[in-house]
Amino acid sequence: MSGVRALVGTKKGAFVLTSDGKRERWDVSGPYFAGWEIYHLKGSPADPNRLYASQSSGWFGQQIQRSDDGGKTWEPVGNKFVYDGVPGTHQWYDGTARPWEFKRVWHLEPSLKNPDAVYAGVEDASLFLTTDGGHTWNELAGLRKHGSGPRWQPGAGGMCLHTILLDPSEPGRIFIAISAAGAFRTDDAGGTWKPINRGLVSAQLPDPTAEVGHCVHRIAMHPSRPGVLFMQKHWDVMRSDDAGDSWREVSGNLPTDFGFVIDVHAHEPETIYVVPIKSDGEHFPLDGKLRVYRSRTGGNEWEALTKGLPQRDCYVNVLRDAMAVDALDPCGVYFGTTGGQVYASADAGDSWAPIVRDLPGVLSVEVQALP
Amino acid sequence: MIRVVLPAHLRLLAHVDGEVTLDLAGPVTQRAILDALEGRYPVLRGAIRDHATLRRRPFVRFFACAEDRSHDPPDAPLPDAVATGAEPFLVVGAMAGGC
Repeated sequence: MSGVRALVGTKKGAFVLTSDGKRERWDVSGPYFAGWEIYHLKGSPADPNRLYASQSSGWFGQQIQRSDDGGKTWEPVGNKFVYDGVPGTHQWYDGTARPWEFKRVWHLEPSLKNPDAVYAGVEDASLFLTTDGGHTWNELAGLRKHGSGPRWQPGAGGMCLHTILLDPSEPGRIFIAISAAGAFRTDDAGGTWKPINRGLVSAQLPDPTAEVGHCVHRIAMHPSRPGVLFMQKHWDVMRSDDAGDSWREVSGNLPTDFGFVIDVHAHEPETIYVVPIKSDGEHFPLDGKLRVYRSRTGGNEWEALTKGLPQRDCYVNVLRDAMAVDALDPCGVYFGTTGGQVYASADAGDSWAPIVRDLPGVLSVEVQALP
Repeated sequence: MIRVVLPAHLRLLAHVDGEVTLDLAGPVTQRAILDALEGRYPVLRGAIRDHATLRRRPFVRFFACAEDRSHDPPDAPLPDAVATGAEPFLVVGAMAGGC
């Protein structure tokens, strides 16, 4: 590997950070799309220089930007996200039925093999697909039209589809998660979907074990073992060993099991990372100490990783799309904060350092190991 | 010749400097101006009006001759001063702080 590229989306623009394989010194370029919210950027696994970015604004709506040169230059592509047919309704905060209305793209997931194919997870929750490099987008409407759709409701951040996991071993299998509907799986490339929330318990619901309605914050998977999923729920860290058919709690000795991010070590499928956050009412680390927790046993047994992270007076948050790992050896781990810092560890979490510290609030972090 | 002033974010998106000038064949209305504008700069589709309904986005405003025309019907004629190019048609990002 010759280097690493980190793609950072913030409240006010995108930044591209690059380093060599040692990951000690970083060059920062940007802001790109200054002043716009960049919910997410991601590169194609099939062509690392093909990048996609979700650019949005409360004033001027949604744009999708594409780069074919690793982020040096960008061009806007298609921004027309229209629900298929009659959109139908979902629950609103006050319990009334509200029509689906497109607001923004939260997450872009490029195909594992085709640089022109990208999935987009949007608010109000649905999944779109482009197969022409972002110029046109079509809804995979089977998800939104699942019979449970009218019971879905927005979380505090909106009714967003924020997680898209593509199974490398079964091309038709996709996992997605929605706040606050829960997790779903398709085995036929998006035609039909199944809620996969059995084992989740949410005391905030009238029926804590309901089929849908859970506020799933993030799901992670190791590509070598796609049947094993890890979830950071609103509260609770969960694990599934059967592709989501059932879940069990693995919060173990975490000091708090609320949080947003979760990720898996690039080379150790049983090593996972979370950043515990105090509570749903207090979106900052417990006791003002920013700590990543690592489990080398796939959950339940967790160790605090603190070296290089602020251990006093730290009250930032780490949002759901703001953690990533690289594929170098040792594995690099990265996360961004609402305070504008991006922290990186080049030794699988043992030690950390900020690689940039004064950006706008970080919404997302993705990392590419470059050939 | 119609003169259109875009907010900075949209000028950047459309790669334009300063005012945009448009020639319209028919009546000068909001709809006619925006159709012509989006025709020349397709990237602006969806940024000023909703793709499907063509309604003005909530935080976009239209000003002309020191008046707020945001709530005018889209096919209402605009003042002669706009039609002759004496005054520009302003597309404005609403004064809303956000975060």
